[in-house]
Amino acid sequence: MAEAHPVGFQWVMEAKARGATVIHVDPRYTRTSALADMHVPIRAGSDIAFLGGLINYVLTHDAHFEEYVKAYTNAPMILRDDFADTEDLDGLFSGYDHESGSYDVRSWQYQGAEVEASAGKRDETGASVEQVIDERLQTASGSEQAGSGGAPMRGTPDRDGTLQHPRCVFQVLKRHYSRYTPEMVAKVCGTPPEQFERVARELVTNSGRERTSAFAYAVGWTHHTVGVQYIRCASVLQALLGNIGRPGGGIMALRGHASIQGSTDIPTLYNILPGYIPMPHAHREQDLASFVAADSGEKGFWGNMDAYTVSLLRSWFGDAATADNDYCFDHLPRLTGDHGTFQTVMDQIDGIVKGYFVIGENPAVGTANSKQQRLGLANLDWLVVRDLNMIETATFWSDGPEITTGEMATERIGTEVFFLPAAAHTEKDGTFTNTQRLLQWHHKAVEPSGDARSDLWFYYHLGRRIRAKLAASTEARDRPVRDLVWDYPTVSSPTRPEIDEPSAAAVLREINGTGPDGAALSTYTQLRNDGSTRCGCWIYCGVYAGEVNQAARRKPGSEQSWVAPEWGWAWPLNRRILYNRASADPDGNAWSQRKAYIRWDAEAGKWVGPDVPDFEATKPPDYVPPEGAKAQDAIGGDEPFIMQADGRAWLYAPAGLVDGPLPAHYEPEESPVRNALYGWQSNPARQQYKRPENPYHPVDGHPGSDVFPYVFTTFRVTEHHTAGGMSRWTPHLSELQPEMFLEISPELAAERGLEHRGWATVVTARSAIEGRVLVTDRAKPLRLDGRVIHQIGIPWHWGPNGLTTGDAANELLGVSLDPNVHIMETKASTCDIRPGRRPRGPELVTYVADYRRRAGLEAGLEERS
Amino acid sequence: MVGDEGRDEGVGVRSWIARWPVYRQLTGDDGLGRGAAARSPRTEALQARTETADREVKSICPFCAVGCAQRVFVKDEQVTQIEGDPDSPVSRGRLCPRGSSSLSLVTSPTREQKIRYRRPYGTEWGDLDLDTAMDMIADRVIETRANSWQHTDELGRHLHRTMGIASLGGATLDNEENYLMKKLYTALGAVQVENQARI
Amino acid sequence: MTDNRLAGPLDDPTAEAGYPADHPERVGFFTDTSICIGCKACEVACKEWNLLEADGPLDLSGNSYDNTVGLGADTWRHVAFIEQRVPARDKPQVDLGMPGPGPPGGTSQGGDRDDRDATDVRWLMSSDVCKHCTHAACLDVCPTGALIRTEHGTVMVQDDICNGCGYCIPACPYGVIDQRPHDGGAFKCTMCQDRLGDGLAPACATACPTDSIQFGPLDELRERAAQRVEELHERGVPEARLYGHDPSDGVGGDGAFFLLLDEPEVYGFPPDPVVTTRDLPAMWRHAAGAALAAAGGIALAFLGGSR
Repeated sequence: MAEAHPVGFQWVMEAKARGATVIHVDPRYTRTSALADMHVPIRAGSDIAFLGGLINYVLTHDAHFEEYVKAYTNAPMILRDDFADTEDLDGLFSGYDHESGSYDVRSWQYQGAEVEASAGKRDETGASVEQVIDERLQTASGSEQAGSGGAPMRGTPDRDGTLQHPRCVFQVLKRHYSRYTPEMVAKVCGTPPEQFERVARELVTNSGRERTSAFAYAVGWTHHTVGVQYIRCASVLQALLGNIGRPGGGIMALRGHASIQGSTDIPTLYNILPGYIPMPHAHREQDLASFVAADSGEKGFWGNMDAYTVSLLRSWFGDAATADNDYCFDHLPRLTGDHGTFQTVMDQIDGIVKGYFVIGENPAVGTANSKQQRLGLANLDWLVVRDLNMIETATFWSDGPEITTGEMATERIGTEVFFLPAAAHTEKDGTFTNTQRLLQWHHKAVEPSGDARSDLWFYYHLGRRIRAKLAASTEARDRPVRDLVWDYPTVSSPTRPEIDEPSAAAVLREINGTGPDGAALSTYTQLRNDGSTRCGCWIYCGVYAGEVNQAARRKPGSEQSWVAPEWGWAWPLNRRILYNRASADPDGNAWSQRKAYIRWDAEAGKWVGPDVPDFEATKPPDYVPPEGAKAQDAIGGDEPFIMQADGRAWLYAPAGLVDGPLPAHYEPEESPVRNALYGWQSNPARQQYKRPENPYHPVDGHPGSDVFPYVFTTFRVTEHHTAGGMSRWTPHLSELQPEMFLEISPELAAERGLEHRGWATVVTARSAIEGRVLVTDRAKPLRLDGRVIHQIGIPWHWGPNGLTTGDAANELLGVSLDPNVHIMETKASTCDIRPGRRPRGPELVTYVADYRRRAGLEAGLEERS
Repeated sequence: MVGDEGRDEGVGVRSWIARWPVYRQLTGDDGLGRGAAARSPRTEALQARTETADREVKSICPFCAVGCAQRVFVKDEQVTQIEGDPDSPVSRGRLCPRGSSSLSLVTSPTREQKIRYRRPYGTEWGDLDLDTAMDMIADRVIETRANSWQHTDELGRHLHRTMGIASLGGATLDNEENYLMKKLYTALGAVQVENQARI
Repeated sequence: MTDNRLAGPLDDPTAEAGYPADHPERVGFFTDTSICIGCKACEVACKEWNLLEADGPLDLSGNSYDNTVGLGADTWRHVAFIEQRVPARDKPQVDLGMPGPGPPGGTSQGGDRDDRDATDVRWLMSSDVCKHCTHAACLDVCPTGALIRTEHGTVMVQDDICNGCGYCIPACPYGVIDQRPHDGGAFKCTMCQDRLGDGLAPACATACPTDSIQFGPLDELRERAAQRVEELHERGVPEARLYGHDPSDGVGGDGAFFLLLDEPEVYGFPPDPVVTTRDLPAMWRHAAGAALAAAGGIALAFLGGSR
C-alpha cells in the first residue's frame, strides 16, 4: 500500500500512531513492510491457505463474533444433502464435470430455497458439445451478473439458529477449514507457525464488539486463477469477526487506476451494463421480462432490476423505447460466451476481430503474454490508439520485439494504425470514481493543444459522424444507432473555438437520470419500470440531485465531520461505509459506544449517524416482512445486507460463483510444489487456453517441471505507473527508477551466479526478458516442507519506448484465468533465471524454444490436473 | 552582477546607492553582508507562481484510485503548477511522486500533438488531419460492422451484434467518457468492450 | 555593527543577518524518518516546483531503491534507502541451511552483532535536504553575497548573484551544495523562498504523504521532535534519536533536522558536523580594515562606470 498508494497509506500511518497494529503479508518485503509492525512472508499464490488458516484459528478458538454471525451471516442456513465438500472429494466440490472442466452448481444451494444459480437452466439446453462449452462460458459470465448484489433467491432456506446442524453453513465451514492448521500454513505458505499465530492472535483480539480490523489488498489478489476466492476468503473471515459494515472494518480494494472503479460501475466491460445489470445472453433471455425474471431477486434491491433496466433503455433510446417494443430491449447485442479481452485477442489472431480501439491502455506491454497481444494487433484491419505518448501498442509494427526477432516484418503487417493524441485530465471536465466509490469532478484548466482531444470529444463526434452516415439506412442493424439519444450540448472555448466539446456535465446528468417532468432524480428508489424515468446508471442516481453536480462538492474536510459527506459523492446515495446497518446490533443499538456509527433513533423513527444509512431510513429494526413481500420490502429490519437475496453476509456462497461455494487452496497454474491440501493441484474450473503462443509449464512432479524451478511474482513500485504510459515518459519519475530490474535474494544470487547490478535473463516457455539484478536481503527464500523456494520479484512497468526503457515483465506470463471474472494469473508463476543478457534477434526465439523442448512442451500441452 | 542595478532607470542616486549591497552592508545591521544587505532585487521580487497565476482550477489526480485532490494553476493559458489540495478529506493536500509529477505529465514535450497515421503494410508514420481521420475511422466502423454483422445464430436466436470490432480501455478515463463509449458500442452491436479492470 | 559569531548557540540568526526585530519567525524542516515511506514525492515535488531538471543517469545504482544517490545542483531533496540485517524481533531463529549471504550483504545494526543472528531486515528511509545551518559556512565564505540568510532564517543561493566560484562547496560540512556542470552556478534547497514569502509551505513538505517532512517555526518543530522521540522510546523504539536539533552542536543547530533510527553515518550524515568557518571571525578582524577600503574603492568605480 505504501508502494502503490502512498497517499492512502497516510491513514495507515495515522492509525499506527494511534496504536493500531499494522501487519503486512506479502511475498516481498516492500516499503509497506518497512513501516509495518510485522512483515509476514508468504509464498506467492498461497493466500487462501493463509486466510483459511485464520478462519480455522477463529473457529477453533471460538473467536468469532457470535451475535453478529448468528444474526447477520448465513451461518445458520442448512445446505442440501447432496452437497459434497472438498474434504469429501479430495479438492473437488460436488457437481464437477470432468469433460468440460466446470461445475453444475445446483448441489451447492440451501435446503428449502432455490437460489437462482447463474447456470440454473443448464439442464434445459441441448446436449451438443458446443452447447456444453457455451453453457460453461455462460456460467462464467453469469457469475458476474451478481456483481454488486449476490445471486437471486426464491423461497426460505432452512435454518438452525443454534449453528449445530451438521449441514448448516457454520459446521460445513468448520469442517472445510479444519486441516488449515498453523502447521499446514507453514507447509503451504512458508510462513513460520509462530509468526502465523501472532497474526491470528492480533486479528482476533482486535475484532469483536469493541474493536474492528480492516483488510486492505492491492488488486494483485485478483491476479490469480483463484482470484475471486481470495477476496471471498477475506470476506468469510471478516464476516466471522464482525468486521463488515462497521467503522474501521471492511475489505478495501486498493485499485490502481484513477477511475477503474468507475469503469466497472459504468462498464467498458463486455458482460455488464451500467450499474452491474448483466448484458443479456442470446439463449437465455428472449425478452425483457424473462431477462429481468432470470436475474432479479425476489428480495433485496435487485428486486427492482426491471425499473433500472427500463430506465437505462429509456436513457439510451429515448422516445423510441416504448412498452410496446420492450423498451428496445432487442437493440442490445447478445452474448454467447466469454467475450473478455483475452478471448478477443485470440479472436484477433484467428481473424475474427478486424477493428480495435485502444483507449488509454497499452496491451503490447501491459497485458500478460504480450506477444499474444502483438500477434493480435498485427492481424487487424485497423487499429485506433488514443494516448498521451507514443506507446508500444501504437508502434508494434515498426519496432516491436517480433520485428527484431524476425517473427514479423513491418511490410507484411496489414494493420492500418491511427494514433490520436488524447487530452490530459487538466484539459477536460469529468468525474473519476476512486477506489472507495467516491465520484470526484475535475474541472478543465486549459484547452488541449494541437490535435489532442478528450475521449468524450472523440466518442461523441465519432458517434455523430456514424449516425449521420447511417441516417438514411433502412437496415435493421442500424436502427439502434439511429434511435440513439445523442444530442449532447457542446461548448467552445474562446481560445480554441474549433473544439466542439460535448458537455460532460450534461452526460453526468443523463447518467443521474430524470423523472417524468424532466428534472434530475435524487435517488434510485424513484426509478420506475413503466418508462416514465430515465437513468444511465442506477447506482449513480443522486449524483446530480437537485440539479447540482454533487461530485463537484468540495467543502473542506476540516469543516465537516470525519466522514466528510460533503466532499464529492459516493455511490450509492452518498453512503461512505456499505452495509453500515451492521454497525448496530439487531435491535438497532450500537454494538459498542467505541464503534458506534449508525443506530436506530426510536423517537425520531429513523436511522441516524454520521453517514447516510445503508438501509431504508425509516424501516425499524423490528420490521418483519409481510407474506409475499418483494424487493426491499422483503428485507427484515434486522437484515443489513440489503443487496443480498437473503439479507445476510455470506460465509458460504450458495450461488454466484462457478468454482466453489467456499474458498479452497489450489496451486497456481504454474507452481514448483504439489498441493499439500488436496489431490487436485489447481483450480479445477480455471480457464486455460491451450494454444501454440500460450504454453503452460509442467507442474511439479511432471517431467520438465525442473526446467522452471523458481517462482516469480510481478509488482509495482511507487515511482512508476502501470505499464509506464504515464511514467516512463516523465523525466522526474524515470530517473527515480531508471532501469528494469529483478529483485532476488543473496541465496538465489549465489545459486545461479548472479551479480548485483549485473544483468540476468528470466525465461519462461513464452519468452525471455532481461533486467539488472538487484540482490537484496529483503528477498528471502522460503522453506516449505523441507524444500527451499526462491521467489523473484519482477516490476512490470517497463517496455521498449519512453525515456527509461526495458523489457516488459508481461512477456513472461501465460494466460490462465479465474473462471468467475476471466482475470489472468500474473502474481505467481514459474521461471528460470540465468546470468547475463538475453539473446538478441532470431537467437531469442531459438533460446526460448530450447527451454520449451527441455520442458517437454514441444510434444504437447500439459493436461489439466 | 551588482552593476545590473544601475540599469534601473528613473531611480535617484541616493536610493540607488541605498540598494547597493556593500552600502547596505556598511550602514545597516548586516555587517558581514550575509542577509538583509546582500539581497538581490530578484530575491526581493520572489513570489510563488501559485500566487501570480491567472486562476486555480480544482482537479483530481489521474494516476491511482486513491483520488487525491489537485490544485491546477494556470498562467497565460498554460498549466504552471499542480499540487495537492489541502481541503480534500481523502488526501489532505498530499501527493505521491506520481501525482507530484502531474505538471510534467501534462506539459511534457513528448506528448504527441498531431495525428499519426500508418497505412497498411506501411513502413513509416504519415500525417492526417483530424477531420479526415475521424471520417476514416467512422467509415472503418461502418464497413467492418456491416461485414461482420450477426443477426441471429445458427439456432435462430437473436444476436444483433458484430464480433468484428473490439475496444480496450477506460480505467483512466472519466465516467462520462466510459458512458458514451458503452452507449455507442452497444448501439453499434459491439460487445467486446473491455478495460483494465479485467487486466 | 553587531558582534558576529560564526559558531556556538545563536538564538536569532535572522536578526544577526541584519533583519529588523520584527522579522518573521525562523522556519525549518523536521524530517521524521520513522514515518518516511521512501516514496520520493519530496524529490519530485521539489523538482516540479523549482523547475529543476532530471539529472539522473538512467542507470540502476544498485543502492537499494536510491537511484538519485545524493543531493546535487538539480536534486535538492534526496531519499536515502538503507537495508540492514537485524536480529529477528518476533520469531525464533530459523536456520535455512542455505548458502551464506552474497552481495550486498548486510550491515548489522549497532556494530558487533553476529550476522548469523540477523535474519530479519530493516529498511530505513530518510529524505535529506540542505540543513539551513544556524552557522552556515557556505554563506560565510561566499565572496559575492550570493548566499544569504533570508528573513525566514533559512540559507539560500541567489542564482542571479552567484558567479560560480565554488567556494561554498567545500565549505559545507554536509556536502549539500553542488555546481551545475553547464554554467557552474551553485545550487541547493532554498526552502522554496518564493513560497515562504507568500505564506506557503515548501513543495516537499506540502507533498509528503505521511508528514515525515514537517515544516514550521523551528522552535515548534524542536518541541514536537522532542515529544516524538519520547513517544517512540515509550513504544519500545530506543534507537530513535534526533540529529541536527541541538543549538550547541558544531553548526549551532540545523534549520532542517532529523529523527533517525540509527547512527547518523548509516544515513550518510557526518556524525559531528562543525561549521568550517569556526575560526573565521579572528581572521576577519585582521582583514576588516583592508576590506573596508577595498569596498569603498569598488563603489566609486561602479558609480563612475554607470554614468
